[in-house]
Amino acid sequence: MATQHNQPGFTDQSVIRNFCIIAHIDHGKSTVADRILQLSGIVPEREMRDRFLDRMDIEQERGITIKSQAVRVPWTFDGVEYTLGMIDTPGHVDFTYEVSRALAACEGAVLLVDATQGIEAQTLSNLYMAIDHDLTIIPVLNKIDLPSAEPDKHAEEIAGLIGCDPSDVLRVSGKTGEGVAELLDRIVTDIPAPEGDPQAPSRALIFDSVYDSYRGIVTYIRMVDGELHSREKLEMLGIGMQHDPIEIGVISPDMMPTKALGAGEVGYVITGAKDVSQSKVGDTITSAKNPATEPLPGYRDPQPMVYAGLFPIDNAQFPELREALDKLKLNDAALIYEPETSVALGFGFRCGFLGLLHMEIVSERLSREFGLDLISTAPNVPYEVTSEDGTVHRVTNPSEFPEGKIKRIVEPVVAADIITPKEFIGAVMDLCQDHRGVMGTMEYISTDRVEMHYRIPLAEIVFDFFDQLKSRTKGYASLDYHEDGEQAADLVKVDILIQGEKIDAFSAIVHRDKAYSYGVMMTKKLRELIPRQQFEIPIQAAIGSRIIARENIRALRKDVLAKCYGGDITRKRKLLEKQKAGKKRMKMLGHVEVPQEAFVAALSTGEAGNDRDTKDKIRAAQKTEG
Amino acid sequence: MVRCPGGFGRAPLMSYSSEWRCARLETMFEVYVHVPFCLRRCGYCDFNTYTARDLGNGASREGYAHQAIQEMRLVRQWQLDHGLDEGPVSTVFLGGGTPTILTPSNLAAMVQAIDGIWGIEAGAEITTEANPDTVDADYIQALADAGFTRISFGMQSAVPHVLHTLDRTHTPANVEAGINAANRAGLRSSVDLIYGTPGESLDDWRTSVKTAIALGVNHISAYALTVEPTTTMGRRIAAGVLPKPDDDDEAAKYDIADTLLTQAGFDWYEVSNWAKPGYESRHNLGYWRNVDWAGIGPGAHSHYGDVQGSAVRAWDITHPKVWAQAINEGRVPFAGSETISATEQAEEQLMLGLRIREGLDIAQADARIPQAAWRQFADEGLLDPRALNEGRAVPTRRGRLLNDAMIMQLMEYIS
Repeated sequence: MATQHNQPGFTDQSVIRNFCIIAHIDHGKSTVADRILQLSGIVPEREMRDRFLDRMDIEQERGITIKSQAVRVPWTFDGVEYTLGMIDTPGHVDFTYEVSRALAACEGAVLLVDATQGIEAQTLSNLYMAIDHDLTIIPVLNKIDLPSAEPDKHAEEIAGLIGCDPSDVLRVSGKTGEGVAELLDRIVTDIPAPEGDPQAPSRALIFDSVYDSYRGIVTYIRMVDGELHSREKLEMLGIGMQHDPIEIGVISPDMMPTKALGAGEVGYVITGAKDVSQSKVGDTITSAKNPATEPLPGYRDPQPMVYAGLFPIDNAQFPELREALDKLKLNDAALIYEPETSVALGFGFRCGFLGLLHMEIVSERLSREFGLDLISTAPNVPYEVTSEDGTVHRVTNPSEFPEGKIKRIVEPVVAADIITPKEFIGAVMDLCQDHRGVMGTMEYISTDRVEMHYRIPLAEIVFDFFDQLKSRTKGYASLDYHEDGEQAADLVKVDILIQGEKIDAFSAIVHRDKAYSYGVMMTKKLRELIPRQQFEIPIQAAIGSRIIARENIRALRKDVLAKCYGGDITRKRKLLEKQKAGKKRMKMLGHVEVPQEAFVAALSTGEAGNDRDTKDKIRAAQKTEG
Repeated sequence: MVRCPGGFGRAPLMSYSSEWRCARLETMFEVYVHVPFCLRRCGYCDFNTYTARDLGNGASREGYAHQAIQEMRLVRQWQLDHGLDEGPVSTVFLGGGTPTILTPSNLAAMVQAIDGIWGIEAGAEITTEANPDTVDADYIQALADAGFTRISFGMQSAVPHVLHTLDRTHTPANVEAGINAANRAGLRSSVDLIYGTPGESLDDWRTSVKTAIALGVNHISAYALTVEPTTTMGRRIAAGVLPKPDDDDEAAKYDIADTLLTQAGFDWYEVSNWAKPGYESRHNLGYWRNVDWAGIGPGAHSHYGDVQGSAVRAWDITHPKVWAQAINEGRVPFAGSETISATEQAEEQLMLGLRIREGLDIAQADARIPQAAWRQFADEGLLDPRALNEGRAVPTRRGRLLNDAMIMQLMEYIS
């Protein structure tokens, strides 16, 4: 292993370079990061595990980085040892705020683009964010080893976007390691050294904060001014709490405690905070003895954009669900939840998430790490509903939708940026129009790709907009969005009734124009998903007391194996035992057994069917409106 | 005290007294012999059967009877070693595959061997399955001479396009000739029918049932086509080449069969079996009454209600060559076995008892099942309310069609 000469707390800012990597999911960021660790010598070859930086199982499996990490990497250029702070950033739209904090901790960014794919919308939006932060951009094309790579074409594209010469775009392969040493040299030569004041009262930016079951809360910081020492009491300027540090240190590539961290350095501090809300991303850490007065800019609380109910299939698991959420919360300041009771699903929690991916990750962790069998209701966005009598309701759950006449409903809107090859412009326009999108501008980012700007109600995006965008553009389009105010809209609540009973978990707030197709699609889908039972099951959709769609699940007439002779008995008994176990995963709604998939299906009813039956039924539903 | 294994107890629909039956069931022992050869494989069939003449180690059509007899001797010794002095044998059943692919003297030799090893009681029922293509009048006479009392033909359908879809090569005329020969030889006869074959109309099915009745048999089995995914037919259905059998269509066909057969004087005595009174398959009733039986041949299952205090099921090695190898080495060719736990026994009791006309003695059923559960089934039209008043759970026609749904609900009370 390489010996590092520059010691933490004693490294001059002039030899420090802090950078992050901006890349789209699957564009190979982690592979390149791994290669950097390997080249610098801090990870011996034999310990080189693929994706060293991605710690959680889910991250490894999904190939995405949820939480950023920060590694101190030595690199010698022209005989001088430099200390590089490599800050790994999350790549997904839901974690934009975390990305912005990671960017604020750097002077430069490596823009990593897959040479077979070209730049994607989220990368572009992060790139613009980096440019806003005045970061030096080093453009890099990755995966040049692949036969389908088109480095010349995409170099032109990138050059056009950031205003450099195509020859300035580096070409690397994370897989073979080609070009990575040159990339490290460029980081040293191009990215400016930090320019904090080493003599000033200490200020460090928290750009990440994670819960570790052994160490407690580990807070990643970028020192801006002054120094922090291992035995000094710390203060969080934003929330005004003080902590005794248990340990400060750097990661290279494992945690190494140090006596101090100096201006410009990247490292970590373990504060003894109980959960991440006591050590929040964006906050400023200072020394309690000699505190700075001004916090660093940029601190805000993340706001949930999407809400959904999470219910244990077995209601006895409710306390376990609470414990599991409490544990996840340690690590996830953005996750909010409060108990909720559903007539259909029993006791659960209404949870607020940053976005759909955040929601998926949380539910997946709950089931995988905590062994919980959960039903998740369809996600919805927060509405502001004003009744005729003037009372204002904040509705984060269709069941809170007030009865009676509604004066006004306000919904959140996002600004969406979509990058697509030009042949799909029409398809994207159709999709956005279907989702009540209003088109803004459109620019060509290269001769064959465009960036389109839309204003779309968030509710339209949280269903299956992204999946549809991908399918209509053969996977080529990419999407980025951010909050962009709110607007009044003509929305109604559609209820679903099974055997005449309203099933609150299936209620949805949808635009009036879509209420009919939602009702028809949902009843049809439930008819397919709910197994036939010994009695007939009517399934209806209603707006208020007006039924707009109806399907019938006919009674089951035959459920018997034809043969049960000597050799069939064991097999049949095992089959029945298996079915019995399967039934435990069904939810009883009244007398009706409803499989978990029915609740999941409610998440994907966005696209109306094109078959004749569906169209006829939607027309019939529309006629019910008098 | 007389123990009623399986708890089926009193049987008001049968002609003998409960004491006799309990005592009989205690000692009843049956032998099943599986013959794993066929002339060709039908596209719907997933049975353990092979079209090759010789699978090695003596597992050939010619050597099969000898191998099976060797197994019988090994099984007898295994029984004695485990304190089971079984016999005499009350029923013998040769199934397959196609038992009649072997010569009549081979079949006769196996029956003789069973008699020599365990003894066959007077008046025993001795059945073989037969493919209408493989038997003629002489063959059938030879079976009768060897002591066979019953023959069961795989008729499947009387409609050519249905037979074609099932890959069956026989014609309805073959079946008729076989039945006539059986009648002349004094054998009881039965035919198997299959309903729900892709492309079979309700009228096709009516034709098949009526044709079977007109043959003059006294026993008819009618099975819903069970599509196994691993068969040719299963793959063709998965690929969309053939339509998937429809439960509602099968339910309608069950209704047709039950109605036509009842009108013709056949009573149902098990979900898929109808007989003129007194012509039930005693061998098959043994399975549903949970008696002891030895299964001889590759993949055959055996059942013993009391092996040193536990109920045990064992099954033979599936592949004939490996099965024959074990026998050649003097080993009982069991591939595996299970001890049936008390819960599993209770489950099997439900599974088997609710399939048959004599029904399930509620007093003998698992005590965790509340009385209200049985009553509810009667209210839903699944159980016969009159039989229930007499303490027996006997499925109605609807209860036969929804048999597994009913069993499943009852199983939830157990364990």
